[in-house]
Amino acid sequence: MSEGQAAAIRLVGLRKEFHGTPPVVAVDDVDLVVGGGEFFSMLGPSGSGKTTVLRMIAGFEAPTAGRVELAGADVTALPPHRRDVNTVFQDYALFPHLSVRDNVEYGLRVKGVDKAQARTRAMAELERVRLADLAERRPAQLSGGQRQRVALARALVNRPQVLLLDEPLGALDLKLREQMQVELKAIQREVGITFLFVTHDQEEALTLSDRIAVFNAGRIEQVGTAREVYESPATGFVAGFVGTSNMLTAAAAQAVVGTDGAFAIRPEKIHLTLPGVSAEPGSVRTRGTIAEVVYAGPVTRYVVDLAAGGRLTALEQNGHRTAADGLVRGAEVDLYWAAQHLISIPTT
Amino acid sequence: MKRKTPYGLLAAPLLWLVVAYLGALASIFATAFFTTDSFTNEVVPGFSLDNFRALATGTYAGIVGRTLLIAALVTVLCVGLAVPFAFVMARVVPARWRSVGLALVLVPLWASYLVKAYAWRAMLQPEGVLERTLGGTPGYGFVAVVLTLTYLWLPYMILPVYAGFERLPESHLEASADLGGSDWATFRRVVLPALGPSIAAGTVFTFSLSLGDYIAVSIVGGKLQMLGTAVLQNNVLDLPFAAALGTVSVVIMVIYLVAMRRTGALENL
Repeated sequence: MSEGQAAAIRLVGLRKEFHGTPPVVAVDDVDLVVGGGEFFSMLGPSGSGKTTVLRMIAGFEAPTAGRVELAGADVTALPPHRRDVNTVFQDYALFPHLSVRDNVEYGLRVKGVDKAQARTRAMAELERVRLADLAERRPAQLSGGQRQRVALARALVNRPQVLLLDEPLGALDLKLREQMQVELKAIQREVGITFLFVTHDQEEALTLSDRIAVFNAGRIEQVGTAREVYESPATGFVAGFVGTSNMLTAAAAQAVVGTDGAFAIRPEKIHLTLPGVSAEPGSVRTRGTIAEVVYAGPVTRYVVDLAAGGRLTALEQNGHRTAADGLVRGAEVDLYWAAQHLISIPTT
Repeated sequence: MKRKTPYGLLAAPLLWLVVAYLGALASIFATAFFTTDSFTNEVVPGFSLDNFRALATGTYAGIVGRTLLIAALVTVLCVGLAVPFAFVMARVVPARWRSVGLALVLVPLWASYLVKAYAWRAMLQPEGVLERTLGGTPGYGFVAVVLTLTYLWLPYMILPVYAGFERLPESHLEASADLGGSDWATFRRVVLPALGPSIAAGTVFTFSLSLGDYIAVSIVGGKLQMLGTAVLQNNVLDLPFAAALGTVSVVIMVIYLVAMRRTGALENL
């Protein structure tokens, strides 16, 4: 984000409590700045507050405390229809009684854009998502992926300052989801609108985002680029939630690393050899027994029980592994990794 | 092995439908073409369109027109009252108050129809509750009939409309607001179209029940005649003519149902 330019979204001390005894704190004093034109993801498990934050930005929920600013203006008290944001809903929320084109025109028509112009713009937007030939259909006659694209066109046609996407790919199957990820990224580059994307899928967040905020229990644990969040997780939660959880704690940390504390290591940084084979100098080395071998096409996952206690997962490319190299279940192996790949996790 | 469809179970209801229901209807249609001997008052079987000719002229055409007007007015009033009521009940009040609202709608249905009609008669009379509290009463007649019928059939409109509101996903309302629609735009462009079939389903009840009513009309209608009271009056002296009147209301209702079927209302009953 460049200096001087007003942030697209600024959240200040944003808090949401839902009624109950005691009240349920869904969002716990969140501060966040999203820059103009960013593809920003809010990543977290369900119930971590990310969707509630999105709904407060859209105006569907009123914050218990705190402020929502859009392009420098405080919109906390404005109703949804007065905010320059549009939402792609998880269930798409297409109007069933309107054709695809009328759905896309809807936002323009209620804002008083004349019919001819609204139609032209709607068709151009449908062109962008390659659905122009289905413009006369009803949403019920479309596939899930097509509905998803209609929802996207219906939001984008209004050219909002910010597009809010609430798990928009959650209902699609894997192939379609990967295809839509590529498409979303391309569309975002093309229109240059700030995308705020909610997902619980860490891979999706890593693939798509310029920056990611990792949510847990109503708070933000870390904000950073995909690389920062993955390579240098700020907390144990981030290390575990983003990527495979590979932690060395307590006695295992003492034995392997030599100091107390908690450490995370990414599976693909760990190499396996049979005992006795010498490893590169300067690496951390420890012994274990293979508990599980999971062959997954391009890679194989080895789950290893450490002699020092604890369990690590190692990921090996199958490009330089063969079935006959002795790494089978029950085999004793050495694990080693470069010392700099060991991530120290602050324990609180 | 394919299991046999147990058609046998259908025998009793089918027999009931054919004999009691369609049989009675068929005999009404047939009777409508009979005549009555004016000296002996005896029904003379045959085929004559005299009854329908008499219906198309003068007094009786007026009665048919008035009946249609009352049924339409009652229906419009019920829609006007039911939509806001159902909206508040389904969307505004907290969930635990919904059952209270539903009970308030349903309780009057358990009270006897006659008691309710006489209650309105008492309220509408000179020096009655209406006159003492509001300072005036429309008296017995057209307005009294519309008021009483609206009161009687309102629950039949509220229930399907309430169900329609319940079925309407919250996200559709949010999507409309999100796209810039004011509350009014959302109501007109999203809520009403979604409720259309439910409202149409409710009108099937209010319209048909109003069309056929003769008891409330005779209790609060004064000298007002509707199709139902006309049937009642001719029942004894001229059964074929009464049958012709009955046929007219059946035909009107069939036309109405066919029209409503096109809105998808019948799937919402």
